[in-house]
Amino acid sequence: MATQNVETNKKKKKKKGKVKWSDLYTFSCLRPPPPVNRSDFGHPGFSRVVFCNDSGMHKTKPYKYPTNDVSTTKYNVVTFLPKSLFEQFRRVANLYFLLVAVLSVTSLAPFSPLSLIAPLVFVVGISMLKEGVEDWHRFLQDLEVNSRKVKVHIGNGKFVDRSWKVLRVGDVVKVIKNEYFPSDLLLLSSSYEDGVCYVETMNLDGETNLKIKRCLECTLIFDNEQKFDKFKATIRCEDPNSSLYTFVANLEFGDEDQLDSSYPLSPSQLLLRDSKLQNTDYVYGVVIFTGRDTKVVRNSMNSPSKRSRVERKMDHVIYVLFFMLLLISLITSIGSVLYTDQPQTTKEWWYLRLLDDTDASFDPDKPLISGFLQFLRALILYGYLIPISLYVSIEVVKFLQAMLINNDLHLFDEMSGKSVESRTSNLNEELGQVEMILSDKTGTLTCNQMEFRKCSIEGISYGGDVNEIVRAASQRMNIDIESYRFNLDGADSTPRDSIEMVEISSDQNKIDLNAEKGIQNLGVMAIKGFNFRDDRLMNKMWLHGSNVWDMIMFFRVMALCHTGIPVENGEETSSHKLKYEAESPEEVTFLIAAQEFGFQFCRRTQSSMFVKEIDPSGFEVEREYKLLNLLEFSSSRKRMSVIVRDEVGQIFLFCKGADNIIFDRLGDGGRTYQHATTIHLANYAEDGLRTMVFAYRKIEDSEYEKWSSTFTKAKVTIGHEREELLENVSETIEKDLVLLGAVAVDDKLQDGVAECIDKLAQAGLKIWLLTGDKKETAVNIGFACSLLRHDMKQFHLSLSRDAESKNQLKAMKDDILNQIEASYQVTVNEKTKDDPLALVVDGKALEIALTNDIRDRFLQLAVSCASVICCRVSPKQKALITRLVKRYTGKMTLAIGDGANDVGMIQEADIGIGISGMEGMQAVMASDFSMPQFRFLERLLIVHGHWCYKRISKMILYFVYKNIVFGLTLFYYELYSKFSGDVLYDGWYMVMFNLFLTSLPVISLGVLEQDVSSDICLQFPALYQQGQKGIFFSWKRIIGWMGNGILTSLAIFILNVYILSLSAFRQGGEVVDISHLGVITYTAVVWTVNCQIALIITHFTWIQHFFIWGSILCWYIFLLFYGALPPKYSHREFGLLVEAVGPAPMYWIVVLFVVVISLLPYFIYMVIQRSFYPMDDHVIQEMKYGRKIVVDDETWLREKQSSRKATHIGFSARVDAKILHLKDQLHKKRMFIIKSITSSPIRRSITISTLENRD
Amino acid sequence: MDQKNKNSKKPSYSRFSQQELSAWKPILTPGWVIASFLTIGALFIPVGLVALSASDAVVEIVDRYDEECIPDAYSMDPESFIQNPDIKKTCVRSLRVPKKMVAPIFVYYQLENFYQNHRRFVKSRSDKQLRDPEANNDTYHCFPEARTSDGKPIVPCGLIAWSLFNDTYKLSTRGKPLTINKKGIAWKSDTEVKFGSNVYPKDFQKGGLIGGAKLDEKVPLSEQEDLIVWMRTAALPNFRKLYGKIDTDLEAHETIKAEVENNYNTYKFGGRKKLVLSTTTWIGGKNDFLGVAYITVGGLCLFMAINFILLYVFRPRRLGDPSYLSWNRLPVA
Repeated sequence: MATQNVETNKKKKKKKGKVKWSDLYTFSCLRPPPPVNRSDFGHPGFSRVVFCNDSGMHKTKPYKYPTNDVSTTKYNVVTFLPKSLFEQFRRVANLYFLLVAVLSVTSLAPFSPLSLIAPLVFVVGISMLKEGVEDWHRFLQDLEVNSRKVKVHIGNGKFVDRSWKVLRVGDVVKVIKNEYFPSDLLLLSSSYEDGVCYVETMNLDGETNLKIKRCLECTLIFDNEQKFDKFKATIRCEDPNSSLYTFVANLEFGDEDQLDSSYPLSPSQLLLRDSKLQNTDYVYGVVIFTGRDTKVVRNSMNSPSKRSRVERKMDHVIYVLFFMLLLISLITSIGSVLYTDQPQTTKEWWYLRLLDDTDASFDPDKPLISGFLQFLRALILYGYLIPISLYVSIEVVKFLQAMLINNDLHLFDEMSGKSVESRTSNLNEELGQVEMILSDKTGTLTCNQMEFRKCSIEGISYGGDVNEIVRAASQRMNIDIESYRFNLDGADSTPRDSIEMVEISSDQNKIDLNAEKGIQNLGVMAIKGFNFRDDRLMNKMWLHGSNVWDMIMFFRVMALCHTGIPVENGEETSSHKLKYEAESPEEVTFLIAAQEFGFQFCRRTQSSMFVKEIDPSGFEVEREYKLLNLLEFSSSRKRMSVIVRDEVGQIFLFCKGADNIIFDRLGDGGRTYQHATTIHLANYAEDGLRTMVFAYRKIEDSEYEKWSSTFTKAKVTIGHEREELLENVSETIEKDLVLLGAVAVDDKLQDGVAECIDKLAQAGLKIWLLTGDKKETAVNIGFACSLLRHDMKQFHLSLSRDAESKNQLKAMKDDILNQIEASYQVTVNEKTKDDPLALVVDGKALEIALTNDIRDRFLQLAVSCASVICCRVSPKQKALITRLVKRYTGKMTLAIGDGANDVGMIQEADIGIGISGMEGMQAVMASDFSMPQFRFLERLLIVHGHWCYKRISKMILYFVYKNIVFGLTLFYYELYSKFSGDVLYDGWYMVMFNLFLTSLPVISLGVLEQDVSSDICLQFPALYQQGQKGIFFSWKRIIGWMGNGILTSLAIFILNVYILSLSAFRQGGEVVDISHLGVITYTAVVWTVNCQIALIITHFTWIQHFFIWGSILCWYIFLLFYGALPPKYSHREFGLLVEAVGPAPMYWIVVLFVVVISLLPYFIYMVIQRSFYPMDDHVIQEMKYGRKIVVDDETWLREKQSSRKATHIGFSARVDAKILHLKDQLHKKRMFIIKSITSSPIRRSITISTLENRD
Repeated sequence: MDQKNKNSKKPSYSRFSQQELSAWKPILTPGWVIASFLTIGALFIPVGLVALSASDAVVEIVDRYDEECIPDAYSMDPESFIQNPDIKKTCVRSLRVPKKMVAPIFVYYQLENFYQNHRRFVKSRSDKQLRDPEANNDTYHCFPEARTSDGKPIVPCGLIAWSLFNDTYKLSTRGKPLTINKKGIAWKSDTEVKFGSNVYPKDFQKGGLIGGAKLDEKVPLSEQEDLIVWMRTAALPNFRKLYGKIDTDLEAHETIKAEVENNYNTYKFGGRKKLVLSTTTWIGGKNDFLGVAYITVGGLCLFMAINFILLYVFRPRRLGDPSYLSWNRLPVA
């Protein structure tokens, strides 16, 4: 049984191979090659020569081209150290620390060199390690790609497996179905007789449609491995470039006697690397471009190293601190010179003996040198102002944050077993500030699955799920769907429609009520690509309809008008259901649907198509249709027709296409259903469904004969006018059509995409859709995910046909500029009305719009629109748009995509997110975060982004504060010691400060702080706008915190000096010396700084408590331990706590006093802010966490609602718009009824009669 | 299905990794604000009062003598007076006791504008040499007072020791001399650990330049308490150092005669010298500032507390008042 299956399989395949596609198709699928002067070959730009099947020739110059080895790594073993070190020391701060570390080895250093070198090594080491690990991953990825296998001809007609990287220009390779092309190939022949093959270019441009490539006639003969033994040819072609859609080359090939016959090549013979062979068993090709010469690699860009905005701003803060450092260092050195290096003062200070045996930093004779040395020393001494530990802490915190993101169970996808992964941890806080999302479509928003959803036949709509927007709207309005339907349609459609609508809705209700049955139904109908339920059509029920003939014709269009072929269904042969392959996934869904309705397309031969049909009598019969012509689909025709002759001999033309195109070609007798169908089409389109209209025509034999002869004539024409001619001829037969109905296909959205977009829009994010797909598809998806709605004003930017045909830049520019201006005028006018606007841009128009002189105008328009959809954009354009939007608007952009065509955009955006779906890994590899599903974006941004942004901002501000407090006390002491550079604190205190005494609390702040819990973040999207506005790391705040630091340091130092100077501080009469003053001041600093962080933190888990209070305790423990060491190690700190300061009550009261005073300004600020100018998070905290819940549920709900940003896109916005629309209509209707009643004679008579009765 | 689960990298649940640790989320409510201001006020005012009264109990006599102790003849050129070894430097001051002073009474000398904390000065010492008799040669940091001209190490070396304060005071009251106890004025850790009991001064103040006091070469460093006190470098340019203790009470309005031997040259750098007699309490010496500061801050906080109470009474902001939310405040444009 099984073997038999295999055999039949084989047979089928052979048969399939026999189909000669070129006979079916009317047009060449690709545009004609641009006119090129062929004499350019051999000149610059066109110098490449490829010797086919003779890769040996390419081993030596001048024909030596790069190998097929592709490397995306930044470093290699040798360059890693120097290159990454160079990268590290490009940061100014690191350079400063390096300088300090070098100086610290000299005698100038106020403290031990280790305490300066160790952190630097740590910081630089960690960063380099990170770079290294990332690069290693890239290397592994490259390795995987480079060692993929492909069959290569090694002579004598033998093909063996070789890895990609050893491939050389000129090699002949054989690529099998579903394999990727290893390099750019010239197609020689395929498993099909006529040398066509199907290629999926998803990775290049994101298009899901299969593209047809075809070889030259002359190479068709090489369709067998053996024949390559004698194959020899030479290709002269253009130099490597990045243009995906052009290719200029000549193939010189022929028999030995006439070698110089040359054939022009076009892009339709070029198979690009990273595209995939589909629907074709195998192809043979010659390698033309390898490795980095290939077009796709040339299209890729180097991944830029990204730094978050907060971090870049932090650099500026560091500059300010650096300036401060320079200033106080300068003051110190000048002061020192003034005091010590002047002859008259030196004599006065006899006890310093400056003139004797002096060291260089106090040499009165050389004031410049000693001043400089003092300056250097001061730079090191006050280095605490520039917090090197900040860099360490930020690295640690971000790593931990990333860990928390990676481990969030809410970001885990059960289906794929993957969760959100943060791949570069240095952009965490950036997630909290995103303002603009640039999203890919296929694979990102949609799951790349088509489903047959609805159809309208003879003006009756089937498969009538009421869409969710209507359901939500009617629910909120407390009216049921039935009355809604009445109202909606009653106003503008025939009575028949309304009745039909009620029918559907009652069906719908039945399903809703009978949920179990619904589920059962679903179970039965789990057919991929077919999500349709309507009892009136299923199970031959349509036979009982009124007009069975049109029904049958409808299904015939479905089953016959396509380019698909049936394939054996491997799994369930018993069910007699076939699977199909076709150029576009839509066609597949039509075929599947037709099969479900009882019209199974079962076989195709060169000239016939076989369909198992249900006869009006209810029996199944197999019919043969002779395929006379296939007028294929193209983007300009927007329709496709087949002309067939049935068994009776009648000739039919079946046509499907875009609604407006078909409607234009209807005959007078064919418009019966046009009105109803139009309404249905509008409904479908608003639901985001992709629609197509079906029509047919019966052709008389005589007419066909006539047409056929002109058509054949046109077909054999050679030259550029051929295509135009064919189109014109087709026009003449595609007329007087009879409309049958329409179908609607759903490009299925991924789970939760609509909700996610809704939430993101409420949080104030703008979403742009950038797709390589065609405009209609993009617009459909725009509707499906609520980026568009029907009451939106849509601007369409596209090149007018005639500007395009002229192909002159100037004309095209003028054209686009005019369109932009016109649209912009509208936005300006409409702004007051607050109408939602949408912009839909075509790829070619975009190319023009992004040229230097008009891009500003374009972006101005784009930014003022609620949603922007760009279609047919190339990967390069995606990246370009991202860059321009980033630069022009200055807004934080996030790009999300799944395929290789999104890599540029992902790298260019501030944050790049890769969908780790089924596509290749390129997007993920280039991304900063990867996620299995689009919907996780919501939580990632609104919860984690918000938190991380707040955490990092608070953390940096606190760090600045803490280091200013500490660093400035060192400076103030200089004022009291004649700027001699003496240090108030022991060297170990200095080391301890950033290492143990203050580091852990701030890390706990950076990792665990939450202003509100995650569910509240989600409930109040407005909180996200705090990040977009950047209010937590504004210069106001930064300056404020610096001011607070300066104030605190002054308070600590001055109070300590003032209280402790002169008088004894103990009952024993002892006075303070340097070590006492140092330890007391330092204690005050430690307490203040740690209490300050306790004031900042709003979320105390045991960890924060442990770290904060533990840090303070740690200081005392350290002091005890240090003081207990013998004086050899503890120096002047010997026994300090136990003997001197500990027992003195003065010590404790001074510290208490100083700490309270230092914190008081901030506390008062905090009180005033919270009491009088509370921010959103404050109020929400109060609402939620107040001792008793201060707010009732109603208010809570209401605020939740109103915290959403008014937006024009998203599901909710659409529902709102719908409700408005409905209310308006209801009102009108009511008015109408009232009017009609009041004005009707009956009512008049009634009222009159009642009046009479009263009398 | 099992296979799938094995392959999946489902993160394991923990309250920490899900950021759901139970937490205390304090909110700064008016209650908290008022309570904290009240607490500070209630704590600080008593502490301030106690400290002020303690400071008030301290009796302190300060007498500046550097100018008065220069004979009129030398008033224009005090340096020639102080540097001339042949002139007798003794000068007599009389001090009035304002209130009864209870023993122990501490005698200090106070120097002003003397930078003991200058880095060159602070560094110029050898702790090792001071505590270890074997380490006489450890004079590396002591320049320019490390060795004698013939290369012998100076013990104790360095500028600090060399510039040892050498004014002396003799006190008497009603004709009876008051003994100044010079024992026990240094920190215990210094006399017991940091200064060796078997380290003796060597070649100290023997060179050309004489800085200050000389030391008895028979007495080990651990007993040279004047030196030990001096070597505890002061943090600030104005400082007091213990000279000795008087173990008898002094009655109020008593007059004390102080015989000052004015040797130490502060004239060159414009420093001042003062003789200080002071008692102590638990907060140490006289320190009015601390008490006043405490009371001021306490008072300020009470004032704030009252203000806030009034504010909340008259113009309260309801907790969690939604009208303060940004979207309710801004008119929808």
